[in-house]
Amino acid sequence: MVSAVMNAAEPNAVRRKAWLTTVNAWLLLLPAMVLLAAFTHYPILATLYHSFFSLSRGGEASFVGLENYAYMLEDDVFRQVLRNNIVFALATVPTSIALALLMAVWVDKKMAGRSFLRLAFFTPTVLPMIAVANIWLFFYTPDYGLLDQFLKSLGFSGHNWLGDPSTVMSCLAVMVVWKEAGFFMIFYLAALQTIPPELKEAADVEGASRWYFFRRVTLPLLMPTTLFISINALINSFKLVDQLVIMTKGGPNNASSLLLYYIYEVAFTFQDTAFAATLTVTLIAILAGVALTKFVYLDRRIHYQ
Amino acid sequence: MRQKGHSVETIAAWVLALLWLLPLAYSLWSAFHPSEYATRFDITAPLTLDNFVRAWNQAPFARYYLNTVMLVSLVLAGQLVISTLAAYAFARFRFFGREVLFALVLVQLMIMPDVLIVENYRVISALNLLDTIPAIALPYIASAFGIFLLRQTFKGVPNELVEAARVEGASSFGVLWRVFVPLGKTTYIAFGLVSVSYHWNNFLWPLIVTNSVESRPLTVGLAVFGAPETGVDWSVITAATVMTMAPLLLAFLLFQRQFVQSFMRAGIR
Repeated sequence: MVSAVMNAAEPNAVRRKAWLTTVNAWLLLLPAMVLLAAFTHYPILATLYHSFFSLSRGGEASFVGLENYAYMLEDDVFRQVLRNNIVFALATVPTSIALALLMAVWVDKKMAGRSFLRLAFFTPTVLPMIAVANIWLFFYTPDYGLLDQFLKSLGFSGHNWLGDPSTVMSCLAVMVVWKEAGFFMIFYLAALQTIPPELKEAADVEGASRWYFFRRVTLPLLMPTTLFISINALINSFKLVDQLVIMTKGGPNNASSLLLYYIYEVAFTFQDTAFAATLTVTLIAILAGVALTKFVYLDRRIHYQ
Repeated sequence: MRQKGHSVETIAAWVLALLWLLPLAYSLWSAFHPSEYATRFDITAPLTLDNFVRAWNQAPFARYYLNTVMLVSLVLAGQLVISTLAAYAFARFRFFGREVLFALVLVQLMIMPDVLIVENYRVISALNLLDTIPAIALPYIASAFGIFLLRQTFKGVPNELVEAARVEGASSFGVLWRVFVPLGKTTYIAFGLVSVSYHWNNFLWPLIVTNSVESRPLTVGLAVFGAPETGVDWSVITAATVMTMAPLLLAFLLFQRQFVQSFMRAGIR
């Protein structure tokens, strides 16, 4: 009799406790979820929704289905901006990764002035892009700027580096590589320090050259790090736009504009929020695609360990 | 042979390092010398603080500093409290909907508020917060990244410590405050440094939601100040640029090791 009552009460108590835990946990999560809903989830859904509407002259929104997307695919500026972004990624990502690896190998060794070298390479990482853009703007200023002054002293004539569609992207890419390489360096440095020294000793005993060791041992062991950095750098290359506001405003003739900057222009200069939404959906798709690759890849790596 | 290879590499490393420091060194040179020396390198050129005085007087930099300090403090304080609560729930409670909610948090790791400028502007506008410091801060206060980082840390806290605190009669909050928060110290420092440098440097979103001196942070103030149409001379612009970077740069030089480690911890997610 007593045990029957106990048995009836127990599942209730357990259930009540589970319910209390859930209420507690949800209360703890409430502030985070409200803010995430307001500034991440709702905006993503609203962007998608608004991309199917168009603003008429009167400011009334009307459903236009995929018209904005059709327009986007026909839009020369969009095509150019997307191409620019791909070129920008292809130019900056491999270069900064290669430089980062070189820097990391250098500062990993007992090299004279190692801590100074680390400092020099890493410093650009902590500077605001907007300040960096100000400094580099002066380098590229025609005639008066440092680059032209230097070239003139060698007998070359001046050049409008940022005003010429054929040079503007390279100029911005050089600056971004300068800013980013040191950041990627520290991931390589961390990875290099996990390589067991016995491998190096064994290679020395075998008489393997340093280059051979680097190519056959170090580089393969750094592959996971390289993939990790590449994905982060790729995502970054779609978000770095601060410099455009200061240096080129996307010009000349959209030669230096990138996707996020174009969204900013369309929404806040041309006030076409519907088309900006369409462009944003495209950018979200790109970023989510890259990020999902990262999650899938990271999952795999965790299983290996 | 090997020795020689090393010294060539050392020289190459030093050349690259000096090249890397050149832009910064140049801006310091230009900021501390009269404008006629902006492009002329003369070791005997007189040092001056005049550029800083002129920059300071031509734009409300004191106000911009105050705004930036308020901004980074507000963001960090909000992030720490909210991420701690959320991370605690995810790490130590088994509850209905945990996986779904965690997936909803992770969405922000893929799609940062930086990308959602158009809709976030509408939300801020609907909340009637345009041109205020909270408007700059709000989209970033629930940080998926902070929640993720702290959850990892909290998961590593040994159960015995929690049991011991329970036996002593600590409540859920008591355990969080007396056991988890102290043990998360390194994570908090790493996250704090990364957050402060990110928001000190952030530009596009503050540019969009602010339009007055009362709410503009340093980065936006600098962009307004340095616009070509303002006709300010180069040395004064570099002085303003140096002022914008200085606090973070000094903090970095003083706490290099912590900065580098924090960026690393924060990058590996």
